[in-house]
Amino acid sequence: MTPLRVLIVDDESPARERLRELLDDCRAEVAHIVVGEAANGLEGTEFLSANAADVALVDIHMPGMSGIEFARHIQVLETPPAVVFVTAHDQYAVEAFELNAVDYLLKPIRASRLAAALKKAAAGVRITTEVLERLDPHPRRFFSAGERGRVTLVPVADVVFVKAGLKYVSLHTREREYLVEESLTRLEQEFAALFVRIHRNCLIARRAVRGFERMAGEESDAGWAVVLEGCEEKLPVSRRQWAQVKALLKA
Amino acid sequence: MAEQQASSIRQNDSSDALPDFRNLGVITRILLAVNAAAFAAAAVRGQGIADIAAQFFEIAFWVEPALFANLAALYAASAALARPRYATGFTCTLIVAAAVTAALFEAQALLGHAVGRVTLISGVASAAALAAFLLEYFRLRNRAFSPALAEARLQALQARIRPHFLYNSLNAVLALIRREPKRAEAALEDMAELFRSLMADNRRLIPLREEIALCRQYLNLEHLRLGERLRVEWSVDAGAEDALVPPMLLQPLVENAVYHGVEPGLAAGVIDIRIGLDRDRIRVTLSNPYHPEHQHRQGNRMALANIRERLALHFDVEADLTTRIESERYRIDMVMPYRRAP
Repeated sequence: MTPLRVLIVDDESPARERLRELLDDCRAEVAHIVVGEAANGLEGTEFLSANAADVALVDIHMPGMSGIEFARHIQVLETPPAVVFVTAHDQYAVEAFELNAVDYLLKPIRASRLAAALKKAAAGVRITTEVLERLDPHPRRFFSAGERGRVTLVPVADVVFVKAGLKYVSLHTREREYLVEESLTRLEQEFAALFVRIHRNCLIARRAVRGFERMAGEESDAGWAVVLEGCEEKLPVSRRQWAQVKALLKA
Repeated sequence: MAEQQASSIRQNDSSDALPDFRNLGVITRILLAVNAAAFAAAAVRGQGIADIAAQFFEIAFWVEPALFANLAALYAASAALARPRYATGFTCTLIVAAAVTAALFEAQALLGHAVGRVTLISGVASAAALAAFLLEYFRLRNRAFSPALAEARLQALQARIRPHFLYNSLNAVLALIRREPKRAEAALEDMAELFRSLMADNRRLIPLREEIALCRQYLNLEHLRLGERLRVEWSVDAGAEDALVPPMLLQPLVENAVYHGVEPGLAAGVIDIRIGLDRDRIRVTLSNPYHPEHQHRQGNRMALANIRERLALHFDVEADLTTRIESERYRIDMVMPYRRAP
């Protein structure tokens, strides 16, 4: 059997050291090699964009993005590693794991528990994206776009508007656009504080609104388009959303 | 009923203590209570508003000088009175009140204001009775606040030293045991002392020096986990370390600073702690980076509320704690009177 390729993601270096020691201790039980270490979700994502791993041991409480958000982002990879969450104490997360039958390790970790988790991962047990969405009660800090086997993280704060196409949803920043597999309705719910719907197929960032322009034509049955900062495109507002959108400018 | 009260006065519970007669809050309460009593006496004696006012001025003529002389005497004797057991301190305070009042009345007699035997005796008796009543009031007030003290102890164990901190530190020590056993030993020693302080009786004031040492031990442990990400800058004025402060005054705040200010940051975070001594005031300023997206985490407000309550208990109106957000840093300012440790 080929050894499991393990990635360690934890922001505390002694915790990473400790995991390495414990992995050494259970090498006889489960064949594996440590292929990499990352100090946060951003480094972890970068690593997995360039290297393959079978299992990621992921601390939940990390700066930048939580371990759960990291696990969500790497799901856009073609073959994402199995994720085993590690936590010292996080009442909320632990309850959510129990509720959704997600395996996790508590710090300080016992070698026997670690070996059992690795075996389970080797057997192909994976957490689904739906479960991960349920685990994380907070809005994400990034969107993740899968491009040519890489994960591209797009900070939520950089996105000016989101548009739904036939198959994909596109995120538009000042520089470029990204295709993501998301549903506009779900995004609208998750980021209600940051984005507002102006049309059946479009959400805009509240903070980017600069004003409105008259717009003729069929697209905008309300007769108005939104002008966004850092964006050439005029986005039509539908009659249904007009009252709500108009209120934005006053606020 | 009277017997019960008497026995409760004799009871020498370790939490019972005489009020600090140098405290502005205590002095204000005494002034108000004695004047209210004088007014009540005038209201009982007098008939009609004009008569009540006349009676009040008559009483005030005798009461006010005695009141201020008493306050001055107690202010001077405060430290000496606090030392013996509560019952002894209580008796001594009554004796001081009676003696000072008698002396003042005699002095006024010398100045030509004739004082009758009855006036002298009733004056001295009222002074002693008022003193007893006020001491009992301060004792009960102290008792009413002591749940805050008991709670402080409990919270220290349950929430202050967050489970998050305990388990992560144990994990960090485990990581050291094989490679650097000496450092692991030192870390466990720091941890033991930290928990010893937490479990200690924290009702008495301690020198600030001890609280600073506790914070340093705590920060050593956090440094183990967080490494270069945690930076702490201390600035402590000469002499400030001798100030008497409630125990667990700083440590919970430093822990919050690490948890809310340093841990959520990708870059290194600086915690700035300044302890200044300006004449008779101790000023503590603590600031850390502010991460608005992490404010959903609870715990900070609970620790602040508990520290505010304990400051009010020990220093009454002379202490103050405020928080604000200033140029992306969260900042706590505390002021309290400077009482030097013996």
